[in-house]
Amino acid sequence: MFNDEVAYYFDGSMVGLLSCVFRAFQFKELQVRLCLNDAAQHGLFADKIEVSSNDQYAERVWSALQKKLSSASLRQFYFAYLSESLDAYQHLFNYCIYVFSSHSSVEKDYSNPSVLAIAQWTKKVGREKHRMEAFIRFKKTKDELFLSLVRPDFNVLPLIQSHFKRRYQDQRWLIYDEKRKFGLYYDLQEVHEVSLEASEVDRNLKNGMSQSFQLELDEQEVLYDQLWKDYFKSVNITERQNIKLHVQYLPKRYWRYLNEKLIEY
Amino acid sequence: MSDRIREKLQILADAAKYDVSCSSSGSDRKNKDKGLGDASHSGICHSYTEDGRCVSLLKILFSNVCIFDCAYCVSRRSNDVQRAAFTVQEVVDLTINFYRRNYIEGLFLSSGIFKSADHTMERMLQVVKKLRLEENFNGYIHLKTIPGASPELIHEAGLYADRMSINLEMPTEIGLKTFAPEKSHQEVQKDLGLVRDRLIQLKDERQIIKHVPKYVPAGQTTQMVVGAHQESDQDVLFMADKHYKEFKLKRVYFSGYIPINTENNHLPAVGSAPPLLRENRLYQSDWLMRFYGFQVNEIVNEKHPNLDLDVDPKLSWALRHPEQFPVDLNRADYQMILRVPGIGVKSAKKIVQARRFGKIHIDLLKKLGVAYQRAKFFIRCEDSPKFQKELSSSFIRQQILTQGSSKYVQQLSPQLSLGF
Repeated sequence: MFNDEVAYYFDGSMVGLLSCVFRAFQFKELQVRLCLNDAAQHGLFADKIEVSSNDQYAERVWSALQKKLSSASLRQFYFAYLSESLDAYQHLFNYCIYVFSSHSSVEKDYSNPSVLAIAQWTKKVGREKHRMEAFIRFKKTKDELFLSLVRPDFNVLPLIQSHFKRRYQDQRWLIYDEKRKFGLYYDLQEVHEVSLEASEVDRNLKNGMSQSFQLELDEQEVLYDQLWKDYFKSVNITERQNIKLHVQYLPKRYWRYLNEKLIEY
Repeated sequence: MSDRIREKLQILADAAKYDVSCSSSGSDRKNKDKGLGDASHSGICHSYTEDGRCVSLLKILFSNVCIFDCAYCVSRRSNDVQRAAFTVQEVVDLTINFYRRNYIEGLFLSSGIFKSADHTMERMLQVVKKLRLEENFNGYIHLKTIPGASPELIHEAGLYADRMSINLEMPTEIGLKTFAPEKSHQEVQKDLGLVRDRLIQLKDERQIIKHVPKYVPAGQTTQMVVGAHQESDQDVLFMADKHYKEFKLKRVYFSGYIPINTENNHLPAVGSAPPLLRENRLYQSDWLMRFYGFQVNEIVNEKHPNLDLDVDPKLSWALRHPEQFPVDLNRADYQMILRVPGIGVKSAKKIVQARRFGKIHIDLLKKLGVAYQRAKFFIRCEDSPKFQKELSSSFIRQQILTQGSSKYVQQLSPQLSLGF
C-alpha cells in the first residue's frame, strides 16, 4: 500500500470518534490517521477529510460494538476514551476496525498493539478515577454544602459519580473539575451537572498554593480541618521516614487539593 | 474544648500507629436507607504519611491506659507517657466528621486494657453500636478484639464490625513469654477460633435461612512484631501459614520492631534502625503464599531458615531450583509461568490469554509489562536462540544484582547522603 493513508479530522467527542469508524467502513478506508479539528498539523501526503459527528451513525457503531464485545471491554473502551488523548482515540479507532474485521473475539489479543494500548490507557484512567475517590476533600460551607474543587489528569468525573452518590446520600455535595469547567452537584435526590467560576471560590487557584476557599464555611470546619492535619502528623513514624515513597504515592500535583499537605509562601 | 480534643487525638493516634493494618478492603456493606457511607470492595487509601504508609482509616486507641506491661508496647503500664481516653461520643463525632469530608474510609478502633478486658471491650462495642444504629454509618469498621474478653461481647461486636483482629504480637511463644508475660498465643487463638467458628456456622445457616446477619464480612487478621526477639524467618512464616490455614485469616501483618523501650535491654536499643528490608522480604513471601501458589516450606525450610536479603524470595527460590527452568512460555501452564522471576500475576494471565492468538515473542513480553531483564534467564520464547549456554545460578544471581540496586540500599547505608 502506498500513499493511501487518509486523515480524518473530528471534534474529539465520542460521537465524533464513532462517526469516524462508521465512515471508515462506508468508504473502506481502513488505514486512517485521526486528527482533532483544531490541530494545525497536516500530513504532507495525507488526504484530509473532515468527519462531522452524527448521532445516528455513532449509535449504530456503538450497538454493533455491544454485540461484539463483553461488558468489561466496553467499559475499557469508555475509560480509554476519557483519557482525552489523541493516541488513545487512534487506538480505539484501530481497535474497532480490528474487532469488526474479525469473526472471533479478539478482545484478549494482547499481541495486537491497539488491544494492549487500550488496556494500558484503561489502567491509567482507572488509576486517576481511584485517586479522585481517595484525594477529594470536602469542605463544609455555612449552608451545609460539602464542596470540593479538583483538577484530575483525565476526565474522570463521569466515572466517580456513582461512587460518591452511593456513599454520601444524606448530605449535599458538589465536586467541581476546574480544568474541564463542569461539576457534579448532588441535591439529596439526584446528581446534576453544574458550572461555576472556580477562581471566585478558591483565591489561590492562580498562584498554586494550597486551596483557600473564600466562601463562608461551617463553624466547625476549621476544627475538623485542624484535627485531620494533627492526625496526619501523629500517625507518621519518623523512624521509617521514606519521602520518596510518600511522593510516589502522593504526587506533588495533588498537594494543593489535600488539606493535610500545606503549600504556602 | 477544641484544644483538649486535639491533644487527645494526638496522643491516641500516636499510640495506635504501630498497628500496621490499615486496609479497608473486603467488605460488601451497602449504604441503606439513605444513610452515610458505603464500603468500597477494594478499599481506598485516602492519604499517605511521610513514611510511605497508607492512611485509610481513622486509627486510634480508645484509651492508652493499660494494665498490661508488654515490653515492646509504647502504652505499657510502666512506660512514662501521657495518658488519655476518648468518650464514646468523641470517637463517633470524629469518625462521622472525617468520613463526611472524604478523609477516611472508616474507623480502626483499638485500646489499651483499662480496668478489665470486658470493660474495655464493652466501651468499644458502645462506639460501634452508636455508629451503626444511631448514625446509620455504613463505612468500614475494624475492631480490635481485646484478649480475654467474653465470647458474648466478641460475638456481638462481630455483628457491627467489618473486620476484627487480634495480634499474636511475637512469632514465637517464648518471645511472647519474655516480653509479654500476661499474654499467650493460646488465648489469641481461642478468640480467633471463636469468630472463625461463628463465621462457619453462619455460612451453613445461610444455605437454609435467607436472612442471616452480616458478621465480620471482611474477615480476621493478625499481626506479628519481627526483629524484637531472635526468631528466624522460618518461625515467622510457619506461624503465618498456620494461621492462614487454621483460622482462615485474610491477612497476617509483619511489623518491623521500632525500638521504643529504653529500660529493657533484651530489646533492640532505641535509635537502632527498624528491620525494614527484612519486613519487606517477609511480605514478599506472604504474597508468594497467597497469590503465587507457593508452599511455605518452599520459601523457608530447615536448610534455609532465613530469607535472602539481597534477592527477593521468588528469585531466591528460582536460583535454588535450576532444574525447573527454563520455562517455555508457549507451552508451560499458568502455575509455572507464575513462578518465573520478573513475571507477576497480571502478566502471567496476559501471557496465557495472548498465546491463544499467536506465539509469544520477546518483544511482546516487554510490552506486557514483564521485567524482561530479570525473566530472560528463566524463560524460552518463540524467538529465543535455539541453543543457549546453560548459566549457573551464581552467575545469574551476580548478573541480576549488578543490574540494579535495591531501593533499600540507600536507606540502610551508613553513609550520609548529600542529596545530589
